[in-house]
Amino acid sequence: MANKTYAAVMANKTYHDGAVSGARRVVDAALIVLLTALCLVWIYPVILILSNSLKLETAISTATVFALPTSETFVGLANYVHGVTKMNFLASFGYSVVITLTSVALIILCCSMCAWYITRVNILASKLMYLLCAFSMVVPFQMVMFTLAKTADTLKLNTPFNICIIYLGFGAGLAVFMFTGFMKSVPLAIEEAAMIDGCNPLQIFFKVVFPILKPTAISTAILETMWVWNDYLLPTLVLDIKKYRTIPMAIQYFRGSYGRVEMGPMMACIMITVIPIIILYLACQKYIIEGVVAGAVKG
Amino acid sequence: MENAIKKYWPVFLLPTLAAFIIGFIWPFIWGIYLSFHKFITVSKTTFVGIDNYIKVFQDATFVEAFWFTARFTIVSTILINVLAFALALTLTRGLKGTNAFRTVFFLPNLIGGIVLGYIWQILLNGLLTNLGLPLLALDAKYGFWGLIILMCWQQIGYMMIIYIAGLQNVPGDLIEAASIDGATSFQTLIKVKLPMVMPSVTICTFLTLTNSFKLFDQNLALTGGEPAKASQMLALNIYDTFYARAGAQWKGIGQAKAVVFFLLVISISLIQLYFTRRKEVQQ
Repeated sequence: MANKTYAAVMANKTYHDGAVSGARRVVDAALIVLLTALCLVWIYPVILILSNSLKLETAISTATVFALPTSETFVGLANYVHGVTKMNFLASFGYSVVITLTSVALIILCCSMCAWYITRVNILASKLMYLLCAFSMVVPFQMVMFTLAKTADTLKLNTPFNICIIYLGFGAGLAVFMFTGFMKSVPLAIEEAAMIDGCNPLQIFFKVVFPILKPTAISTAILETMWVWNDYLLPTLVLDIKKYRTIPMAIQYFRGSYGRVEMGPMMACIMITVIPIIILYLACQKYIIEGVVAGAVKG
Repeated sequence: MENAIKKYWPVFLLPTLAAFIIGFIWPFIWGIYLSFHKFITVSKTTFVGIDNYIKVFQDATFVEAFWFTARFTIVSTILINVLAFALALTLTRGLKGTNAFRTVFFLPNLIGGIVLGYIWQILLNGLLTNLGLPLLALDAKYGFWGLIILMCWQQIGYMMIIYIAGLQNVPGDLIEAASIDGATSFQTLIKVKLPMVMPSVTICTFLTLTNSFKLFDQNLALTGGEPAKASQMLALNIYDTFYARAGAQWKGIGQAKAVVFFLLVISISLIQLYFTRRKEVQQ
């Protein structure tokens, strides 16, 4: 009894409470119907884009957007082919992947090392670094966007390969904060034992500490990936939009620059952006949801 | 041991510190410096004292954007938290299919702001046309509610997850004790569950408040500030001041706006944390 979880008690109430049970079962059935309807509303926007991405260009207008493709208006994957070639979408996809992977890898590696250092070495600089990281999480991007873009230009960080340094700097706040939050609960004894066995600090970190940090690393990686992959403003200001376009940049760019936007290819590109996210989400849902909860509790 | 690690600072500390200085500390300090200057290019600046700050408050678009943002933040924070909490309550009853529902509700959160804004622009414009009403870009009223709907769609799932985690941590004994003492389910909710999930309430109101106040991508993609900047929020107004206005004085004013914006965000966060933290109970 003592360790009954909330969910167990709630479930128990539902099915075994005698007199209440009948009424509750009706309520539950009604709720399931309601939730199912709500879920359909929830995914409807994506379905709408999908249906329009399969339609003939001339059949798409604000008045007919809700009509499903018919045999006359159905064009199969033509919009997808056109969108991908015209917007050079594969290149954008590539840039987004490269930037996200390098940035997140760099953030996880550097920030976990930094967090270990500032929890284990008790000097003023460590405390200062921690406070600044916490502070940086609240500062809105607009505060630094202009000067950051100028700094990036001066230091030649304006390519898809170097931009990860800026992401490391701006993403460090959250990552260091999360890693130190976890590090504080890791006992010193194991590391001391490793030291007595003759490990140097680098070996201690990679052989002993990092494996312990793995759950936090996964949570942090998920939060940082969600941020970098979807980020629009930072790459827009730092990268040369004529040469390098990430996915959010490409979508905004093609909407703004062409007088009449071709809706079909545009929606096809949106689908190409959304589908991998959905697949990835369904595949590692457990980690993503755990990551969000862990991040929220620390933050 | 501490001394052994200390010597390794170039390996452990330096990379993050250097990037942090380039990516945050230096731009931040430089930004404050530039907010007191008039400039077109950063190589040639003239000190103008608090002149930029005075002009910020004389700029009608900024004041208008502030009120738009404030109204938006209040409405969206209340709506998102109430709806997310209601959903979390329903999804912790042990219903069939709970996991599937949770999966669907969380999904929009992973789609980026620009794409979200575009998706909703297509949907809402279609809806408005079929109802014979003006498009999003023609009436700021629809722009406002469009942004609210979009924000709810995106954020409810996220906050719901946090509330579910909070509710699952409420000890089952406590609920059982309340029901033995004859509490109705409404009383249990108000007197037992709500006080126990106050930490989640603090986190969720903090996140929704700051996310709404700092909103940029969704605003840019859904309405772009149309019509005539009437649906422009603060972040977009600052961006607009920097990059879309011609004239020597605007960059300095833009930077001053950014500093004001930063101070607003900090004060809102601190006030919010102070008030909700007070309501948390010791577990």
